[in-house]
Amino acid sequence: MAITMMKPVKVVPGNVLRYSFTERLVHWAAALSYIYLLLSGLAFWTPWMWWVAMMLGGGPVCRAVHPWMGLVFTISVIYMLRLWLPDMRITKTDLEWKKTIRAYVRNEEEEMHPVQAERGFARFAPVDRFNLGQKYLFWVMFWGGITLFLTGMVLWFSEYLPWSLRFLRLLSIFLHPVAFLITLAGFIIHVYMGTAVVRGGFSSVIRGEVSEGWARYHHRLWFDRITGASAAKK
Amino acid sequence: MIGKVLDIRAMSATSTAPPGIRSAPVLAKLIDTSSCIGCKACEVACQEWNDLPPETTVQHGTYQTLPDTTPNFWNLIKFNEHETSDGGFQWLFRKDQCMHCADPGCLKACPAPGAIVQYNNGIVDFQQDNCIGCGYCIAGCPFNVPKMSKQTKKVYKCTLCVDRVSVGLEPACIKACPTSCLVFGSKDVLLQKAQSRVTQLKAAGFSEAGIYDPPGVGGTGVVTILAYGNNPGAYGLPKDPSISWIVELWKSPLKWIGNLAIIGGVLGTFVHYLRFGPKHVPQSALTDQTEAGRRGEQ
Repeated sequence: MAITMMKPVKVVPGNVLRYSFTERLVHWAAALSYIYLLLSGLAFWTPWMWWVAMMLGGGPVCRAVHPWMGLVFTISVIYMLRLWLPDMRITKTDLEWKKTIRAYVRNEEEEMHPVQAERGFARFAPVDRFNLGQKYLFWVMFWGGITLFLTGMVLWFSEYLPWSLRFLRLLSIFLHPVAFLITLAGFIIHVYMGTAVVRGGFSSVIRGEVSEGWARYHHRLWFDRITGASAAKK
Repeated sequence: MIGKVLDIRAMSATSTAPPGIRSAPVLAKLIDTSSCIGCKACEVACQEWNDLPPETTVQHGTYQTLPDTTPNFWNLIKFNEHETSDGGFQWLFRKDQCMHCADPGCLKACPAPGAIVQYNNGIVDFQQDNCIGCGYCIAGCPFNVPKMSKQTKKVYKCTLCVDRVSVGLEPACIKACPTSCLVFGSKDVLLQKAQSRVTQLKAAGFSEAGIYDPPGVGGTGVVTILAYGNNPGAYGLPKDPSISWIVELWKSPLKWIGNLAIIGGVLGTFVHYLRFGPKHVPQSALTDQTEAGRRGEQ
């Protein structure tokens, strides 16, 4: 496929490629469609947010566009599964990392003296391409997206659903917002972590590159793997 | 119905108070199914007054010419075929239309502000100009009343001829009924009338005769006298209708838990940033391992 071949050939010296063009494209297809779904969905969720529907062209327009954006989002997360499944499997090292998640959340790694650390950051289990939090986000968005898609299909074609299948309609109007709330929790944390906390994360998903230091610090196993450093070190 | 704004008692998806300041007696339509002859004059009157396009009839072996109400057919006589205990045949007619619940599930489920309103006289009315076509009202209704048009993507149903009633006329179906099995008026008065009819039916041998005014939806603006009051199912009416608990769960606990969680999540990240701030990549990570140790000693 042509699009997967469009990898940037040049990386700024001192940087490594973290996200290919395809990965960034899929990420932003999911992100932008999710933001539209979130805004129009919030308008349907509560009258306090109805003004958002007004800004997006009115209630009927939102209702008409919302399912199509849902399709874009669903296709995006399915494509993400294809792209990232090997990277998203939860490993034993992730469970090791999980033990120190409290310190991670409190940014306590910065207080450590690197000399005391066996591998520099040994208090934390080394992280591969994605850390456990990122993996959780992915699976929340994936299964949430599938639930939203299935229940959304029922709600999309409301006029075709016979009375005898009323339980499907009731199930959908309940599960759709439940899945929405769960994905929103993931979304809030993801946006916050990716922009405010982990500096360099946002630009990496825009231009695809991170510095070697960033890669080594946040994703040591991945960095070692892509640079072939692992064997040399041990 | 702009002129009716001062009569609006409840409004869908509206956080602030509804605009109605007038009070009015609760009105109702009384249907005495025991004196209905199935002439369908009410169907014709409804189509004619509301100027609705004709529906293509469906022949499925009974006198009932449509299986169900549709977006442009709001009032349908159901020809329920009933076998009596002695093997005889009976039609149990039922006038299928919006029940105008005192506690309308459609209004509760609707997310579009002002798309469903309830007037102080009890009439529940859809305002198609505010309708977004989500179909949630269909989930809210225990009677399968709202019907969505495939062309307009809006829902339609009986208005109880709110346009006639608001100028002092009775609904079109009432006007057309030749046996006076349909009566319109103040609900209090009609319930008394219904009670005396039930007494009459009981005396005539229908010991189970009763009034269908289900309390699960707060009572209805369409009250039905059933000769077999113990068996509304035989008329195609739900025995004890109420708004589905799923709708209640969604609109009450889930909504408030969700709102708190959303606000809490946004505030939580903000407070986290104030307390812990961003993560910095330490100098030591910028070079390789051995150097990291050396730099750390500086």
